[in-house]
Parts: sequence; structure tokens; C-alpha cells
Amino acid sequence: MATITADQPSATKNRRPFRWANAPKTVVIVVALILCLGPMLWTLLTSMRPANQALGGAPISFSHLSFDSFQQAFKQVDMWLLILNSVLVTGLVTICQMLTAGLSGYVFARIPFRGRGVLFSVILATMMVPMQVTIIPIFMIIRGMQLSDTLWALIIPAIPTAFGTFMMRQYFMTLPPELAEAAAIDGAGPWRTFRSIYAPLAAPGLAIVGILAFNGTWNDFFRPLIMEMSSKNYTLPLGLVSLQGNMGSGSVAVVLAGVVISVIPAILVFVFGQRALREGLTTGSFR
Amino acid sequence: MTDITATTPARAVPDNTAPQEDAATILRRKEKRMAAVFLAPTVIGLGLFVVVPIIASVVLAFFRWDVITSPKWAGLDNFHSLFSDPTLRSAFANTIFFVVTTVILQLAVALGLAVLVQGIMPRWLQSTLRSVFFFPIILSAASVSIIMSYLFNQQFGLVNTYLNDLGLGSIPWFTNGFSAQVMIILIYVWQNFGFTFLLFLGGLASIPRDVYEASSIDGATGWRQFRHITLPLLSPTTLVASVMAIISALQIFDQPYVITQGGPGNSTETVVMVIYQDAFGQLQFGTASAIGVLLTIVIMLVTALQFRLSRRFVYYS
Repeated sequence: MATITADQPSATKNRRPFRWANAPKTVVIVVALILCLGPMLWTLLTSMRPANQALGGAPISFSHLSFDSFQQAFKQVDMWLLILNSVLVTGLVTICQMLTAGLSGYVFARIPFRGRGVLFSVILATMMVPMQVTIIPIFMIIRGMQLSDTLWALIIPAIPTAFGTFMMRQYFMTLPPELAEAAAIDGAGPWRTFRSIYAPLAAPGLAIVGILAFNGTWNDFFRPLIMEMSSKNYTLPLGLVSLQGNMGSGSVAVVLAGVVISVIPAILVFVFGQRALREGLTTGSFR
Repeated sequence: MTDITATTPARAVPDNTAPQEDAATILRRKEKRMAAVFLAPTVIGLGLFVVVPIIASVVLAFFRWDVITSPKWAGLDNFHSLFSDPTLRSAFANTIFFVVTTVILQLAVALGLAVLVQGIMPRWLQSTLRSVFFFPIILSAASVSIIMSYLFNQQFGLVNTYLNDLGLGSIPWFTNGFSAQVMIILIYVWQNFGFTFLLFLGGLASIPRDVYEASSIDGATGWRQFRHITLPLLSPTTLVASVMAIISALQIFDQPYVITQGGPGNSTETVVMVIYQDAFGQLQFGTASAIGVLLTIVIMLVTALQFRLSRRFVYYS
């Protein structure tokens, strides 16, 4: 230690084994970690206990782990149907949001036309109105289209996105306009300029729009609650809540197994998209 | 310009300037057509599923309508009943209480942890903590509500089982009005503080190091640095974070709906729950729309306030 102190005074400042002054900070962080992870760890462990002996009060224990409850979840409930519905709705909404937001964001960033500013302000203003407020007329419109109690009721109204348009406009604004000028000199039409120059560069912006669309749709509880009457059209959150309501305390492990299953895709998207998301949220475009 | 036409003799036509102008206008027209095609899905979609519903909501707010019979003009009756209906009054009171407490808690916890985590040196540890604190957000509010209602179940929940073992007796977490409110608030903050935490981490990272170095030369440390440097320089982030937290807390629905169904009594009933029940439970679409319009106005006021405040009080470096 002595030699290190002599050689690199700045490094030792951070590498000192233990400082009493840091103890309260460490304690706070450890407590926060336990509070944050505890409920999730309990969920995971309880879902891996045999279905018949996993009362909610079962203490946290690592013994007798099994996937019995997961099998029960698929046997007692139509988990596959819930998963399929969720994948279908979330997949279509996410892809269509990325597509439409990419196209409209590009126009607002790059192609001038009369009334562009006004139109963009109107689109921005719609972001302030919460979905819970517009849901009643949307419900009527969907009924008028004869789509109530279908998966389309969850997909079609969720596709147009003011927030995605805004994000993609901000993103396209950061790309140099000289690219378009150079392409025009080379004789490229507006479509080719978009298709072969700007669209390939849009991937990071699209990733953010896609992740947020995924998260919002995958976890959405409110819209399915209103739009879907028959349980064959339930998505995971609504299906799990009604499962919790229908089954008594004896099936805690089965319900929690369902919760764990529903979280896995979200974790995967989060892990793979984490970098893009963090950069998008903490730098420029979002503020 | 003429040079270009000269090098492409195949295109050379007798009148030299007219085709040139045409090429530019053709390009313009092509661009306009493309813009129209690109905008169509978003503009038509937002028009049909956001703008028309907003107008319809405002109109509906002045009618009495139960879907079965035709709508009847109600004037301001729906708005009058907003202020006289005791259920709704308590829902408004609850929502305001939720918003104030969740926002204060969320900002305090997120800022405190962000300051602590930012000082942590090994980068892997910092990024692990960041992922862990952000993690609850990727769960659905419905899942979190299921988990928490099992954990804190009065008869068989893990927490009460341990409390019983310790001889402390079981606590009626969700069956007592006040503790149900507190629990909903804590569960909501537990799930959502991570986003505010990330915003604060980003804000802290943008404060230049030398400001701190300069102040420590002047003898300022710890709390004084936090109070006189960190807080003022962080104010743009704090403003954005608090406005986003207020707007999302105003719309709280999933947690009380799943965990307490608004009970016990009306103690955890929120504004959006009343909208849902009025419209889809009691088929009073007029009153539900009136509440929705009021909620939208509140959100617009909060947003407008943000713009005003950010011009007046916030320090931009």
C-alpha cells in the first residue's frame, strides 16, 4: 500500500479499503438495494416453490426449488394464449410506431412546407392529453368500426404516436443536412435520399421509440381493461390480474410464475436496449 | 447552371432555362408528395384517435348520455355535479394527496440516491446500481400490484408472517384507510423513482467538476456544496423531473384498481378510477367526460407553469 500511495496519490484516494465516513452512504445504498430487489427476489423464489405449498407467507428459502408452478401456470391457465395476444399486440404496435414515427419525424425535420410549424405544434399539444381522457370516444369509434372486443382495438388506436414523431424529429435534426444536399447534387430524388441515406442512420432513434413503445404496450393494463370483454382477448397484465382475482390464496405460486413469465421479454428488451435508452434519455433529445 | 446542361447533351432542349426551372419544381413537387405520404398515417391516426376524441370529450361533457338513449343537453350540470358529488370530491382530494406525496418522495429518494451513486468509483458498480434502481419500471404496474398485494396480505402475507413471529401482530396494510393510502403511495414510488433517478444522474453528470474544486478551495464542503452548487445547477433537471412526475401521478389508476379497488371506503379512489367507473360502470359518459376535461386542464396548467418557471427561476449554465 505504501508504495502505491507514493506513486499514485490520486488513485489511493478512491481505493482506500474502508473509510468510516463512507459507512452511512454504504448503508443507505445497501438498504435501497434490498428494498428494490427484495420483492423481486421473493417473487422469483415463491414462483419456484411447489404450487401446493407456496402460501404467500412462505419465508424466503432457496431449498426445494422446482418449476412445478410454471407447469401449473400453463396447465391451469391458457398462458400460451395470453403470451400470443401480448406478443401480437405489442409486436404490431411497436413496429408500426417505429415506422410511422420515423416517416413523420423525417418530414418535420427535413422537408419544409406551408403550415409545418402549426401542424407540429398541434401534434406536440396532443401529448398533454392523457389516454384516460380520450378513451371514452376511442371506445365509441372502435365500436363504430365493429372492432370492440378484438385485438385490433388494442393495436390500431395505439399506433399513431405524437411522442415518437417528436423523438424522431429531434433525432433527424441532429443528422447533418449536408448529406441531403450532396445526394441532390448526385441526382438522388427525395425518396432515394431518405431511403438510402437518412433511413439507415435513424436506427438509434428508432431503437428508443421502439423500446418505449414496447414497454408501454407490453405493460398496458388500462386499455385492455376497457376494450376487451372476453378473456380470450386478454393480454398478460389483464390476464394475470384476473387470474389473481379468480384463484384463492392457494395459487400464489402459479400467479407469480405467470408474473415471472410476463417479465422475461421485458428484461430481454431492457438488456439489449439499455444503452440506446440511457443515451436517448440522458442526452439532448429528451430535454 | 448552363454548364450542367452542357455536360448532359441528351437532355439539352432548345429553351435553356424553362426545363431547369421545371426540374426544380418537379423535385419540389416530388418532395411535397412524399411528405404527404409520410405524414398521412401519423396525421390521420392522431386526428382520428386523439384530436377527434378530445373534441368529442369536450362536447360530451355538456351532455347527459348513457349510450342507450340519445344524448340530452345538460349545460353545466355535469360540472356542477363534479363539485357536489362526495365520491368525486374525495377522489380529487385523494389524487392531490397522492400527487403531492409521491412527487416529493420520488424526487427526494431519486436525488439522494443519485448523489450517492454518482460518487461511487468502480464504474461497474455504478452501472449495476443504475440498472437495479431502474429495473422496477420495466415491470408492469399490474404485476407490481399483484406482488405487493401478496407480500402485504393481512392474513397470509410474508411481511405480516414475519411481524407475527416477532410478536408485533399483523398490520392491516390495505384494510385501513390511511395505511392503504400510504401503501399505494409507497408502491407507486417504489416502482417509479428509478426514472427520476436516471434523470438526476444525467443532470449531475452535466455539472462541471471544476465548480466543485473551486468551491472546496474556498472551504465549502458537503452540505454547503450540495445546497449552493448542486441544487441550483440541477434546477433544469429538477423542473423536468417534477413536471413529468406530477403528470404521471395525476393519472394513477393501476395500483389502486388492482390492490384496493378504491377502498376501504373511498380512501384510495382516484380521479381516473372515477372516470372509469362513471363511464364503463354506470354508463354516465357525460360526467366521465367532464372529469376528463377537468383533468386535462390541470395537466395543461402544470405544463404551462413549467414553461413559465423554466424561464424565470431556472439557472441554465
